[in-house]
Amino acid sequence: MLEIRNLTVKIADEDTQILNGLNLTVNDGEVAAIMGPNGSGKSTLSYVIAGKEDYEVLDGEILLNGENVLEMEADARAAAGIFLAFQYPLEIPGVATMTFLKAAMNAQRRARGEDELLTPDFIKRVNAAADGLGINREMLRRPLNVGFSGGEKKRMEILQMALLAPSMCILDETDSGLDIDALRIVADGVNALRDKSRGFLVITHYQRLLEHIVPDTVHVMARGRIVRTGGKELALELEKSGYASYGEAA
Amino acid sequence: MAAVQETIDQVKSIDVTEYKYGFVTELEVDKPAKGLTEDTVRYISARKNEPAWMLEWRLDAFRRWKTMTEPTWSRVNYPPIDYQNIYYYAAPKMGAQPKSLDEVDPAILETYKKLGIPLREQEILAGVAPENRVAVDAVFDSVSVVTTFKKELAEAGVIFCSISEAIQEHPELVKKYLATVVPVTDNYFATLNSAVFTDGSFVYIPKGVRCPMELSTYFRINEQNTGQFERTLIIAEEGSYVSYLEGCTAPKRDENQLHAAVVELIALDDAEIKYSTVQNWFPGDAEGKGGIYNFVTKRGDCRGKNSKISWTQVETGSAITWKYPSCILRGDGSRGEFYSIAVSNGMQQVDSGTKMIHLGRNTTSKIIAKGIAAGKSDSTYRGMVSAHRKATGARNFTNCDSLLIGDQCGAHTIPYIEAKTATAIFEHEATTSKIGEDQLFYCQQRGLSEEEAVALIVNGFVKEVLQQLPMEFAVEAQKLITISLEGSVG
Repeated sequence: MLEIRNLTVKIADEDTQILNGLNLTVNDGEVAAIMGPNGSGKSTLSYVIAGKEDYEVLDGEILLNGENVLEMEADARAAAGIFLAFQYPLEIPGVATMTFLKAAMNAQRRARGEDELLTPDFIKRVNAAADGLGINREMLRRPLNVGFSGGEKKRMEILQMALLAPSMCILDETDSGLDIDALRIVADGVNALRDKSRGFLVITHYQRLLEHIVPDTVHVMARGRIVRTGGKELALELEKSGYASYGEAA
Repeated sequence: MAAVQETIDQVKSIDVTEYKYGFVTELEVDKPAKGLTEDTVRYISARKNEPAWMLEWRLDAFRRWKTMTEPTWSRVNYPPIDYQNIYYYAAPKMGAQPKSLDEVDPAILETYKKLGIPLREQEILAGVAPENRVAVDAVFDSVSVVTTFKKELAEAGVIFCSISEAIQEHPELVKKYLATVVPVTDNYFATLNSAVFTDGSFVYIPKGVRCPMELSTYFRINEQNTGQFERTLIIAEEGSYVSYLEGCTAPKRDENQLHAAVVELIALDDAEIKYSTVQNWFPGDAEGKGGIYNFVTKRGDCRGKNSKISWTQVETGSAITWKYPSCILRGDGSRGEFYSIAVSNGMQQVDSGTKMIHLGRNTTSKIIAKGIAAGKSDSTYRGMVSAHRKATGARNFTNCDSLLIGDQCGAHTIPYIEAKTATAIFEHEATTSKIGEDQLFYCQQRGLSEEEAVALIVNGFVKEVLQQLPMEFAVEAQKLITISLEGSVG
């Protein structure tokens, strides 16, 4: 379970405050969506939860299963179960996707005091997960994300999510840059991971993604805090009326 | 994949803030007074029992050196070197040249053991397949203390010994080839080396022989205030093949020490020489105090048709590196290759690259240079590719990439390209990139620590070059790179 209380954040070395006393809870098994206009602080929220260093937390706390993660480095948060699917996944030239996946999985296992995966077991898991997402084996040998299309990069994020089996998944604008077919594949991949022990926080500007990943809860974010919370029908309402009533241009 | 994991594990288990090879071996040492005069040259020659022609050759070089001035064109800064404040010869006291390992001072054997260089043949033989054996020439300060597997190599007709021994035992070969690739007056440091060179390796591969094992020389500077002037000569006769590797370390000392080497390679018709270097001289401390000045002239001559010389270097050490392993592509259809990884951290300065001089027809060359700069270091790639007017159909491909870690280091690329024939095709690619905060955050978000993330990204960057090294050295080199960059981020 993810609990965020009174989270107040500014950009490091600047005065600009982005999050203004944000409160949010995502229960195990819940799919929560955050919608909001550009500049409302959605992506910042995802980065702060994951532990990016460009921000300064002025007040508040972020608890994962009751434990405050704010004092933890990004890699420790990952090992504790936080996964962020990036809006713009980074390229790692020269590092085969397989190599990267194995390094990440084993790093997390070591951090949790578990044994490292044996290579045959690892390969079996990767192949099974890749097949489910329509990722061909040849792609796994290429350097991570280098020369991948937008859709391939997003699928690769979901593959990593599946392999790392986090308890809290954050998807930052996962639908951006995807055509309808790619969107469906990615959404199916996410839906396959829905589980009563796993929470999701789906950040999106458009309602389109939520037709495929149907949320339990929808939060509206504006000016750095949650201003309204409702069921999935709230997304449809926003689609019609836009964000104008929240004081910002859509 | 396994190698990356191994790197990460190794880094974790090592106290990386320490230069691991920085210890000193206490020994009784035989050395002349400091400084350089004709008497010093005579002393060195006498200590080596050299024939008169060799002494004359040295004295001639010394007289020429006195008329020369130190070059200043490289992008490195250092205070003037006082050539009269250096010991030019230092040898562990051990009487005559030891005939076997049992006669070598145990302290020296212990040193090599600590460095991970096995010298006892029976230890190497245990559990190592014949094709994976490595013959070692161990050079300690100014002398070669031992050369292993000489008997096995001799059966194949291969001569592998110290250059001092070659001057005694094979003077005809030394006279025929010495200084035919790097002339005595080639440059200031090469001339100095010609006057005072102390030891190094000599390799001769006869016609049609494929050297049955890897050859390697391990250079160790131990004494204080001592320069090391290594001289290596490798000759590959028609249709032969040899792979050779050199490694270098030195103790941590507060003063700078000079290492001025000359390496000459000669490949005759259809011969191939593969020369690899893993250079890890003491780089100086974080403030730039101490460290080795590595001023080296390395050059290969593809003298025969369809001959091939390839240089692979992993440079992580030295306070200052000044070296340009080059190929003269004289034989028609000959090929030169240069693969380089230069890692600099702290206050290190690197000015390194290569020269590919195309003289013969249809000669080809390839340059892959990867520079990684961290800390406050400065790294320059300097490379020359030239085609003589008779070098029709000459081809070169150059790729030099720089990776910056942090914002206080510098990377520079200085290519010189000169084609005197319209049929030459030269390609040059260069990139400079930075390990981005975003890239690191992405890796950390997936569970990798900052060090693991840097190791992974750097290994990806240098992979192409590491693949050129013999397998066991590639793993070693990978570890070394990771360790050299420890603490470079954040």
